[in-house]
Amino acid sequence: MAALLHLFTYVAVIVAAVAIVAKAYKWASMPIHLRWELYPVPQEAEKAEHGGSFYEELDWWKKDRNASLVNEIMAMAIEALFIKALYENNRKLWYRSFPFHFGLYLLIGSVGLAVLASLMALVGFYPVLFGGILINLIKLTGFLGLVLSTIGAAALLHRRLTDEELIDYTAPRDIFNLVAFLVAFACAWISFAFSNEGTLSLNRYIYSIVSFKLSTPIGGFFVGLTLLLFSCLIMYVPLSHMSHFVGKYFMWHKVRWDDVPNLRGSDIEKKILTCVSYPVSWSARHLNADGKKNWLDIATEDLPQK
Amino acid sequence: MKKHVKIEDISKPGNQLTHVDQKDILPLPAPYNDPANNPPWKPLTDKQRESFESSLDDTIAVGVPKPKSREEEQELVRKFLSGLEKLFQKENNWTFLQPFMLSMEHCAKCQTCSEACHIYEASGFNPVYRPTYRSEVLRRIYNKYIKPGGKTWAKWRHGDIDLNWTTVARLLELSYRCNLCRRCAQTCPVGVDNGLIAHEIRKLFSQELGIAAKELHEKGSVLQLKVGSSTGMNPEVVKDNIDFIDEDMRDKTGLDIHTPWDKEGADILLIHNAGEIMAWPENPGAFAVILESAGVSWTLSSDLVAYDAINYGLWYDDFMLAKVAIKHAEAARKLKVKKIVIGECGHAHKALTVVADRVLTGDLNIPRESSMTLLRDIVMSGKLKLDPNRNDFPVTLHDPCNMVRLMGVVEPQREIIRKIAPKFREMHPHGVNNYCCGGGSGFAIMSPFNFTDWRFNVSGRKKMEQALNAFADNLGPDKHNYLCAPCSNCKGQLRDMLFHYDAFNKCGILYGGLVELIVNAMTDAKPGFIEWEWH
Repeated sequence: MAALLHLFTYVAVIVAAVAIVAKAYKWASMPIHLRWELYPVPQEAEKAEHGGSFYEELDWWKKDRNASLVNEIMAMAIEALFIKALYENNRKLWYRSFPFHFGLYLLIGSVGLAVLASLMALVGFYPVLFGGILINLIKLTGFLGLVLSTIGAAALLHRRLTDEELIDYTAPRDIFNLVAFLVAFACAWISFAFSNEGTLSLNRYIYSIVSFKLSTPIGGFFVGLTLLLFSCLIMYVPLSHMSHFVGKYFMWHKVRWDDVPNLRGSDIEKKILTCVSYPVSWSARHLNADGKKNWLDIATEDLPQK
Repeated sequence: MKKHVKIEDISKPGNQLTHVDQKDILPLPAPYNDPANNPPWKPLTDKQRESFESSLDDTIAVGVPKPKSREEEQELVRKFLSGLEKLFQKENNWTFLQPFMLSMEHCAKCQTCSEACHIYEASGFNPVYRPTYRSEVLRRIYNKYIKPGGKTWAKWRHGDIDLNWTTVARLLELSYRCNLCRRCAQTCPVGVDNGLIAHEIRKLFSQELGIAAKELHEKGSVLQLKVGSSTGMNPEVVKDNIDFIDEDMRDKTGLDIHTPWDKEGADILLIHNAGEIMAWPENPGAFAVILESAGVSWTLSSDLVAYDAINYGLWYDDFMLAKVAIKHAEAARKLKVKKIVIGECGHAHKALTVVADRVLTGDLNIPRESSMTLLRDIVMSGKLKLDPNRNDFPVTLHDPCNMVRLMGVVEPQREIIRKIAPKFREMHPHGVNNYCCGGGSGFAIMSPFNFTDWRFNVSGRKKMEQALNAFADNLGPDKHNYLCAPCSNCKGQLRDMLFHYDAFNKCGILYGGLVELIVNAMTDAKPGFIEWEWH
């Protein structure tokens, strides 16, 4: 059984990685689109504070674009970590959503630290694994993560089930997703949070995963069940609607904040020229498209007489 | 009384889906807190209801004739599905494929956007006007009827919906209950853009079924491309009109003003919204006064389309947008100007500078600039002698969404007003967080059936509240308050709405552009350029 669980975890991680890469590839490989930015755009450096753009400059095309990558990364990091947009625009929901998301980050951080500790142990720093700062940090982040994400998931589920604004917009799948998290968290509480043995079991499991020691014993029933459920979640989340973390990057970076102007001879211009050569098959009479004429043909020809 | 409306209710034929009661709409401050000062809303007539699809709410924007047969109903549904498929194809919709699909796939349905929508708020929080309502309808149709396995899994994964003539006809109307101001998108924690989804629904109907609001398509883009301007002015008429305006400017200012036409090699090709020439001639006149007084090398073009900056395709049809933008750029190329400057028209700003930026390539990619920036440079350079005391009345600034939130031109117009209007005060909120005037996305020029009543009572009501609050310390029949709106469409909406509420006579609120305010402060010109009369 232990070996099967180990194998399942490997499969879950691989499926998750492939799903995330595939989704990122899907969005990254889409054709260039018309500009559709929304201000403020953080990379507009000092103008970002009032929501301004380079269009506020006279003869903007003659000046170097003062675009700040640091500003964009900072804004993206703050948004990802603290869900700033929700904090500013829907504080009631933020009180529920932030603990859930930040709790998950802490749990991921805890697992990341456990992986680091395991790798260190593999190269000879074994004493560090079960004692010292690192193990305490793993415990702390894991415990806090579990507390926050459990509270957050329960609060989100409560809102989904009771808020009249949301009921019409809630599909059975949305309820299932939150319940799935809560069941996994409940098992984690039973197996890990209430005993030190649980934490040790988790560390041992991650060590055995990292070191490919598939026959390492798992521990008790609830420890095994928790590891199984979390492995399922690792696999399910990237395949589901909950993988909005991938799309969010593109929504902000490639749409909302994409104000890069098209200059003659630029890469953007080359991409546009590819797109305007696509054949078009819209049926409205005023476009006179036949599936053979391309986008540019239709954009440049006169309207039909009638 | 508004009733609870579920997403799937949109498919149920029969009675009107929702109703906006005047008792529920956003209350306004004095003097409009008195119901006697709120003009009644005209209902649709029985004849209109019999002839046109009107089962969404209390008004009609597009006016689709009711089907005569079952076949006609099925044909509409079939074409709708065919168009919906094309929205997801890169060949047919590379222009918005990525933003559209991202928005279709990632909504968390948290309703954060609803609070940001002035239409939802002003309607008394009517559920059908949530930014998410129409998006969710489209999303469910797509997931059930287009996605593989949709009919098996859609109910579990996304929620159910039925697709029939009623669904399609109501969805079409509902796409014209959004100003496309995208204030909702600004607040979304994921980045979903419900304004874009409304835009794509309009586009589907126009590009696949040939259905669009008449004022935008037939009387708008088509007229502009065939005659030269959506106003119906051909090149001869527009030149005559500008001649009259120049003459009027010479009388009003005492300055020798002559608008240059088709001047090859000029630095600037200025393109006005031609509606200004017809409705507010003092605006292009004031531009001429400023540019001539500052010694700017500029010209207008009399080429077809090039003397009218409007580009209604921005709101409903990518090809119409591209056709007009290309005509504008071709005129600039022909005149060998250094840049195109767009007059006081918000949507023309965004259409030609931002959205068409990825349509114009090679020698058609001629630099394009906002008139706000050019005017700021002129005013700050000291080329004009300006006396702020001539503008000694309260002034507030309306931010056109297309110019501000959607283009980032926020400060230049403010720098000018701070310099020339000592009693300037901001609306709240303002800048990129502004509220739409209620005429955005073409509504300002749309007045079919009783649609104007919907514009004044619902889409424009929040702006009315903002304007009244901005001038709260100076309202009255004998007062002077200037609502500066550097955008033709916004001015159209404000003109109609202020007139509807009789706000000039009751509150002393006059609306106008930015250039009028500048010329009013010019000491080289005769005083009193702004006339405190309703127009």
